[in-house]
Amino acid sequence: MDEKEVDRIKVNEDRRWRLVNRTMRLHGHQPDALIETLHAVQESFGFLDIDSLKYVAESLRLPLSLVYGVATFYHFFTLKPPGEHTCVVCLGTACYIAGSSNILKTVEEQTGIKPGETTPDRKLSLLTARCMGSCGLAPVVVFDGEVHGKMSSASVLENVGRLLNHDD
Amino acid sequence: MTIEELQDIGKIEKEKQEGFKYRIHVCVAAGCLSSQSGLVKEALEKEVARRGLESWALVKGVGCLGLCTAGPMVAIEPDGLLYQGVSVSDASDILEALGGPPVNRLDCSAHLPFFARQRKIVLENCGHIDPESIEDYVAEGGYEGLYNALRTMTPAGVIEQITKSGLRGRGGAGFPTGLKWTAVSKTKSNVKFVICNADEGDPGAFMDRSVLESDPHRVLEGMAIAGLAVGANYGFVYVRAEYPLAVKRIRTAIARAERLGVLGRNIFNTTFSFDVTVRLGAGAFVCGEETALIASIEGRRGSPRPRPPFPSELGLWGYPTLINNVETFANVPPIIRKGGAWFASIGTEKSKGTKVFALAGRVNNTGLIEAPMGTTLREIVFDIGGGVTGDRKFKAILTGGPSGGCIPAQFLDMSMDYESLAQVGAIMGSGGLIVMDDSSCMVDVAKFFIEFCMSESCGKCVPCRVGTVQIYNLLKRITEGGGKPSDIELLEELCDLVKNTSLCGLGQTAPNPVLSTMRYFMDEYKAHIEDKVCPAGTCHMNPTE
Repeated sequence: MDEKEVDRIKVNEDRRWRLVNRTMRLHGHQPDALIETLHAVQESFGFLDIDSLKYVAESLRLPLSLVYGVATFYHFFTLKPPGEHTCVVCLGTACYIAGSSNILKTVEEQTGIKPGETTPDRKLSLLTARCMGSCGLAPVVVFDGEVHGKMSSASVLENVGRLLNHDD
Repeated sequence: MTIEELQDIGKIEKEKQEGFKYRIHVCVAAGCLSSQSGLVKEALEKEVARRGLESWALVKGVGCLGLCTAGPMVAIEPDGLLYQGVSVSDASDILEALGGPPVNRLDCSAHLPFFARQRKIVLENCGHIDPESIEDYVAEGGYEGLYNALRTMTPAGVIEQITKSGLRGRGGAGFPTGLKWTAVSKTKSNVKFVICNADEGDPGAFMDRSVLESDPHRVLEGMAIAGLAVGANYGFVYVRAEYPLAVKRIRTAIARAERLGVLGRNIFNTTFSFDVTVRLGAGAFVCGEETALIASIEGRRGSPRPRPPFPSELGLWGYPTLINNVETFANVPPIIRKGGAWFASIGTEKSKGTKVFALAGRVNNTGLIEAPMGTTLREIVFDIGGGVTGDRKFKAILTGGPSGGCIPAQFLDMSMDYESLAQVGAIMGSGGLIVMDDSSCMVDVAKFFIEFCMSESCGKCVPCRVGTVQIYNLLKRITEGGGKPSDIELLEELCDLVKNTSLCGLGQTAPNPVLSTMRYFMDEYKAHIEDKVCPAGTCHMNPTE
């Protein structure tokens, strides 16, 4: 990594913290800014690492235990870095009735990982969700933020395979 | 701003749109967007430009057209034509057909009963207006209710109309809205809050999402009217982070409303100010409970606390707080515009108005529907819903999600209202309806919901935290073929305990799906336990274990 690239990363890093700081400032660094701030951290960095939790706790003058408690209470927050791609299988009622548990099982078998885990090559994270609100299209699977409706085990496998073998 | 000025904005917008001979409405709500309706809209716009028809045909993004399963949906006004399953390559044919016979292969008229049987109040603008345009909302009479409430009515008069309308909370429990508003208005405090609960956590429900995505101003107007009535100047919309489009649309709507002067300081040049802020939920079902929701807005874990004191006395940061659901607020502007008596003339004796349902599962027409209270289940499933998919047999319908119950076929002619639903052991809930056919195992469904409640339990009180785990373990054992005859009694006892001793609504209603499936489908439980057979063939039974 040459010097230029290091600088570039630093600048990007700053930019990402700027969104976090801005969120806290907007809320006057009050305790109720915590959840909004954690959203900002996750949006910037993709996950909440312990250093950012410490930073948020200090900035908002909250005990780290409280910040950690909130970060782990809500399902939306993740403390693990996501893989390059994500595959979210919806396990809401409509999707479940339409057989999404079988879809999940096939993906688990193909990738060898369980929900919440990432493949060893960090290519793919497998997640589950409780309803995306697109029940009319059940069963639904979300690949990299894009909702795919009326999926079958075969079509999901095809998509997963594409993501796993995708090199760039 | 005067009422004339407001109406002028609407009139100008209407004339502008009516200047086009044809208006092509493309659904840009979440369901259709995930079927690529954004690209369809782009293709139609390009095609209009390519043919040089910009002054003749208008392509407009609109909210949910209802029939999500047939998306992307496109409507042609003023002809009232509806196309389904439209793809990018259909753009040219659709424009070619304007003014002539419709494109047959996309025609949606087979689904006519789906639309004809509905009556729309909350969804009246869905599919007609551009959710990102405040002018479009004003053109449909938007913010006139707020104007009337501010200029011609007293706060007490507003509450009187709401009470007279008989509106009940649409979030699930059905508490009379007028009573709630009265309680908050009577509590003396300089600071009060209004919260819109848009934390739609029921897996299988998307009503609130669709309303926020299709007609966000209606919710804001309802909140402002509520603020005026109870004496609150601050509002919060607590919305799921899992609904990014709804979050974006409500934020846009707030900004536009502030710019127009119908939100913010000195609304309509009166002394009344009302600010609305969006707060993101972070994926906790328990935050639908009002005290947990308040804790979450305050930046804490969403743990509920015992009531009383109710939020109407001691709410957000200790101030009196009014909490209503999205759909409840969405009902308010038409009630103020047309009067409480008008609203009370719709529905049944004790359940007034309409209810929005998210119809999904094994049914032909899945989507967003609105029907008057008192519509029978049969009409909803077979007329509006178009019957069960394939040639399978209707088995049961789930209402109210994880807090609700299963209603078997014998009650198909039951009227959908709060009282009738409670009688058969179900609840109205927020309005998620999941249809099941004979391929669904009811024990498995009960297990699914209790697993949901188990993982969503906040852990504060023991009956819910421990009880749901024990019920889940029992059901898991039964569905794996290891059930014992005594398990039924044990289940009943556990359900009774969790139901009656839990702190909040989550635990108190968590056993409902188990209880209602045991009530109507005991034979399936017995088949699993005694014969080690799953009649629907869903469960993988390993009796040897």
